[in-house]
Amino acid sequence: MSVVHLRAVVALLGRFPALAGVDLDVESGEAVLLQGPNGAGKTSLLRLCAGLLAPASGEAVVLGHDLGRDRRSVRREVGMLAHATFLYDDLSVYENVCFWARAAGGSPAEAEAAIARLEIDTRLRDIPVVRLSTGQRRRTSLAVLVARRPRLWLLDEPHAGLDQAGRDIVDGLVRDAVDAGATVLVASHELDRTRTIASRVITIAGGVVVADQPIPGRSMPVGSAPVRGGPDVA
Amino acid sequence: MSPAEVTSTGSRGTRVIGSIVLAGIVFHVLLSFVWSDPDADQGDLVRIMYVHVPSAWLAYMAFTVTAFGGVMYLWKRSLWWDLVAGASAEIGVVFCALALVTGSIWGRPTWGTYWEWTDVRIVTTLVLLLLYIGYLAVRRIPADPHQRSRRAAVVGIIAALNIPIVRFSVDWWADRTLHQKATVKLGGTELDGLMLFALFFGLILFTLIYVWMMIHRFRIAWLDEQIDRHGLDAAIAERLAESTSDVTRAVGLTKTGADL
Amino acid sequence: MWHDVRLIAGKDLRIEWRSQVATGQVAPFAILVLVLFGFALDADTVALRTFTGGLYWVTVLFSAVLAIQRSFALESADGNRDALRLSGIEPAAIFFGKATALVVQLVLLEVLLGAGVAVLYSPSVEDFPLLVATAGVATIGVAAAGTLYGVLAAGLRVRETILPILLLPVLAPVLIGATRAFDDALGTVAVNGWNWLALLGLTAVVYVAFGALAFGVLLEDS
Repeated sequence: MSVVHLRAVVALLGRFPALAGVDLDVESGEAVLLQGPNGAGKTSLLRLCAGLLAPASGEAVVLGHDLGRDRRSVRREVGMLAHATFLYDDLSVYENVCFWARAAGGSPAEAEAAIARLEIDTRLRDIPVVRLSTGQRRRTSLAVLVARRPRLWLLDEPHAGLDQAGRDIVDGLVRDAVDAGATVLVASHELDRTRTIASRVITIAGGVVVADQPIPGRSMPVGSAPVRGGPDVA
Repeated sequence: MSPAEVTSTGSRGTRVIGSIVLAGIVFHVLLSFVWSDPDADQGDLVRIMYVHVPSAWLAYMAFTVTAFGGVMYLWKRSLWWDLVAGASAEIGVVFCALALVTGSIWGRPTWGTYWEWTDVRIVTTLVLLLLYIGYLAVRRIPADPHQRSRRAAVVGIIAALNIPIVRFSVDWWADRTLHQKATVKLGGTELDGLMLFALFFGLILFTLIYVWMMIHRFRIAWLDEQIDRHGLDAAIAERLAESTSDVTRAVGLTKTGADL
Repeated sequence: MWHDVRLIAGKDLRIEWRSQVATGQVAPFAILVLVLFGFALDADTVALRTFTGGLYWVTVLFSAVLAIQRSFALESADGNRDALRLSGIEPAAIFFGKATALVVQLVLLEVLLGAGVAVLYSPSVEDFPLLVATAGVATIGVAAAGTLYGVLAAGLRVRETILPILLLPVLAPVLIGATRAFDDALGTVAVNGWNWLALLGLTAVVYVAFGALAFGVLLEDS
């Protein structure tokens, strides 16, 4: 069953059709890159899949939930990394990750593990987030995402603001997520780097999908003989 | 006919109602000022009642319609109900202000002041006006149409729930054994046949005025929505055109869903 | 659900503990209002003592507006409203959590104001239990209505002005009831304060129930 199934989906921001008829199918275990010019609708597409943006018309089913009828239940199962940090400025790194993890039903231990996975310096653990650099805040937002263990990852420009080490961590996270059976949608302008972790490229322009191609040499969805052979395509 | 071509919100129905209203107003003026007698105690002052009471009644009724419209909107998600609620609130504010002003004018010779805090009805009506104003302020906030409708519905409902509580509070509060209760009785003396008739006639007349205004106001709001919706189809077409010009930059032309 | 309520309330209170906005800004504002009333009433000690109940509750209401705006300002920053919706927490739980945190902050503020009033206006207390009960119940009503309108106003450019316009007329019965009950408890007017307390209780129940139901509707963006 598809994780994401969209047919002729129109989504509005006020009166503006951010999505003007999107057709898309994403299977479980895929890692998909969304590319396109600014204003094409990539962020709106991610927000739609997260259940934050309502489909004005068309068919939209994500993780088995019909978004036209009920957008709330899908939110628990997705994890989103957006331009906003989703963090409370006055709380520390640990407190933020712990709060959002526990809100999703996780435990403080999982929060600790996520912080470690993002390689956030332990000395920064108890510092209020407002005092951290953009890169460290991004890592904290990612730790929140990891601690929630979502089935669908929605990443909006995940590499932005991160240093080399941080970017490698992001790539590793995506690979681990896919290995664990989750599905990942990444919107990015960093095509070269993201093509190394994605198995498919979708091009969005003017609120619709205009191109959809597999990346040669990338693996099939996990569960059907993953073959990561061959050199990565640049 | 597209919304842009409509030149008037009038129709045969509104013209009929309008004519009846005009005739009714003439009749009502005659009833109030010529045919009915002055009150034994209040003199000619009682004539204000023929405007004041129907206004107040309409103010409360209009707000009930607003709250009910809010409930129906939340239940059916039908824009029609939301527009009814909004139109009713705008008209209700007018009647509410009218009721307060006529009440105040009546009060000056009666109480000696323009305002009497222990008069439960006028105080409650003032709070009603404030609640209306809050409701209209919320409708004006620029927002996605559904969001605006939802906010307005919630505000309208809680305001309506609040009115009985306010009435009750003010009633208790104003009931002081130390104070003499203000002699505001609806017609402190008995109403004779013609006065009663004038009052009820006024009620019906004002209700018709409300209906006439509602029809027009609603139609304007409805046309506004239609224009926006037409604009939406055009916007979608424009957006799609934008995408085809971007296609020359894109990799391929297939739009099919994934199938690896 | 109650786990989530504790989680949200705990988060709000922890942030308050860290940032000290209520203690550093709202509380001084409240005391300032009390002082201003003293000036406005020409330091007429009899008048101040007679009107202690009303002046106290007007001050509480104005301060509550600030506290509510603060409570939602931290949700508007950094996309946290989206994050709260994404978290999967029941909107009713968010409502109860934020309202609870507000109650705690307001109660502490009221205790401080009580001390301020005791010093500045020197009223005499005849019925202390009534005083405490009234403060508790009225605060619940204020917090419930405030949380509901707070989420409506959150993130709007006009939030500083729309919140008081919406909230204060709706809280008029609370002001009337709490003032009357305080008047009885302070022995300034011969009314039955406990009746007023019952009305306050009814109001609180209505606001809490409606708030829990409608909060989710208002939390949605579109």
